[in-house]
Amino acid sequence: MGALYDLLQEDYRFREGMKACINCGTCTAICPAASFYNYEPRSIMACVQQRDDKCIAELLRGEEIWYCAECMSCKTRCPRGNAPGLVITALRSLSQRTGMFTCSEKGRQQLAIKRMIGETILSHGYCVYAEHVDTVKFPEQGPVWDWIRAHLPEVMERLGANFQKEGAGNLRKIDDNTLKELSAIFKTTGALDLFDTIEKASAEKAKEMGVEFTGHGTTDGYFTKVFTENNQTHTRE
Amino acid sequence: MKKEGKRMVWPAYQKNIADDHYYYSRSCIRQNFYPGTEHTFLRILGQLNKDICDDPRHTTCTGIGYHTDVVPFETAMTVIARHFALMTGLGYENMITSCITSFGLYSEVLETWKEFPESEEKTREYLRKATGREFNIPKDLSHASDIIYKFRKEISALGTHRLTDIHTGRKLRAVEHIGCHYSKMFPSRGVGGAEFPCVLSGLIEEFGGEVVDYPERRLCCGFGFRQYFIKANRGFSVACSKKKFESMAPYEPELILTNCPGCFYFLDRWQYVISEMEGVLYGMRNQGIPVLTYEELAGLVLGYDPWDMGMQMHQIPVEPLLDKMGISYDPEAKYKGLKGLDLGVPLQPRQLAI
Ligand code: SF4
Ligand code: SF4
Repeated sequence: MGALYDLLQEDYRFREGMKACINCGTCTAICPAASFYNYEPRSIMACVQQRDDKCIAELLRGEEIWYCAECMSCKTRCPRGNAPGLVITALRSLSQRTGMFTCSEKGRQQLAIKRMIGETILSHGYCVYAEHVDTVKFPEQGPVWDWIRAHLPEVMERLGANFQKEGAGNLRKIDDNTLKELSAIFKTTGALDLFDTIEKASAEKAKEMGVEFTGHGTTDGYFTKVFTENNQTHTRE
Repeated sequence: MKKEGKRMVWPAYQKNIADDHYYYSRSCIRQNFYPGTEHTFLRILGQLNKDICDDPRHTTCTGIGYHTDVVPFETAMTVIARHFALMTGLGYENMITSCITSFGLYSEVLETWKEFPESEEKTREYLRKATGREFNIPKDLSHASDIIYKFRKEISALGTHRLTDIHTGRKLRAVEHIGCHYSKMFPSRGVGGAEFPCVLSGLIEEFGGEVVDYPERRLCCGFGFRQYFIKANRGFSVACSKKKFESMAPYEPELILTNCPGCFYFLDRWQYVISEMEGVLYGMRNQGIPVLTYEELAGLVLGYDPWDMGMQMHQIPVEPLLDKMGISYDPEAKYKGLKGLDLGVPLQPRQLAI
């Protein structure tokens, strides 16, 4: 048994998701990601089940583990009670902890996610925040969103929201004490360490690639690169 | 299976849903992108004389951060434990989440604590250390749609409108999309389990409509968390939704009813994107297939004004459905602010007639 396998075993989700795989392929058959990407949850389960660190390290450095949609459709259908989607969550955590996520194009995207979602949770108490969402980064929001954003306080008021105000209600301002508690939880449970690891490993990768890296925000060269780049080798023909 | 057999098996697919005194955990996506739906949910509960606590101190459950893998499981467990602590402090025992991602994550946390009791102990330690709070595990965990489902007959009885074509009396054809994290992960926590989820189809039938089955009914909408948030990955997201639209289109649905705030957003917005990219429009009159949340559907049945519920925030217009249901609305008021404040109107998409 290898060191990487031992680390996976520490994750409850891995223990819950990896029981005994009979390689039947039911998960691949039901998987929406497998019908789009060069991806097979069955082969990931087969690799991990061998407890072979070489094979696991390849997964941690590769593209595949990042294709899963975490829909958990596989959990419902596995005849052996496995959950490949949960195993993927454990593999992704380990890939980030070990810095190996920067070896793949899809893995490198974690920097953009950390800055867009991770930081918004801490600064606003929400996973996403309307003021940050524009139709340049999110064109599918459509013209109705341009209209909403141009009149955000008025539209929110019209719909009974308590936008950016104290007290209860929709899109209220989350009070300072609550945000402090949230930060304390993130610190105590290791989320801030993970954020640091993602930034540091990404900074190194940016240096190696010769791409601008400012260490914050959503406009530096590295953010833009990982947010938009697609080398077109990921999908099925 | 014989009818008697079905009747014997069916109770195993039911879940307990508390009938009053709820603590409400809001959804980040709903609050940001269609806040009228949560407002409507509270209004419906008010009309039903139910007690629901809207506590300003609760936050995101971190679900989107957790499923994009930047929030560790321990962190998510502790943030959710904090919500339980707030609920406990106010004397409530029944938790309602407004989001399917939250519902799935709360369920995952509760199931993990059952399976690995040491994880609950560790979470208690983390919460104590970070905030000094203590918590009780909720007696009942429901998704907001479970509550609407539970009171569907009462809503129907109070209702002024039906899901039928007012001109012909014909039942309107509706497809439903449950959302993967409602019962695919923990079937016993959803009404009807993973095999026969009826939390939405039960509403459609109760309100007078016809539930239309189609081959890709249970396929994911394609959110996929990182598969949507990162621009480079969105091909996956739109491809999944497109597969669903193509599969449902031959059955000519007049409405898509959704459970999850994310699924609502994708099934609404990707129709617009496909119309812009490929010139393909689903539904009648070049207007797409209207997509509704369960709160909006219940609100329409109860006679609420569609613009009070925020249906102007949809990219796919809802008017074709309103016209069939015989719901009166003021087209001029659609994009107005409070007291008729003029806010202009959105630009017209290239293909979609809004
Ligand atoms: S469905 Fe279960 S047993 Fe079959 S290959 Fe997938 S994980 Fe293994
Ligand atoms: S959770 Fe991942 S592996 Fe499982 S069905 Fe969904 S996309 Fe496929």
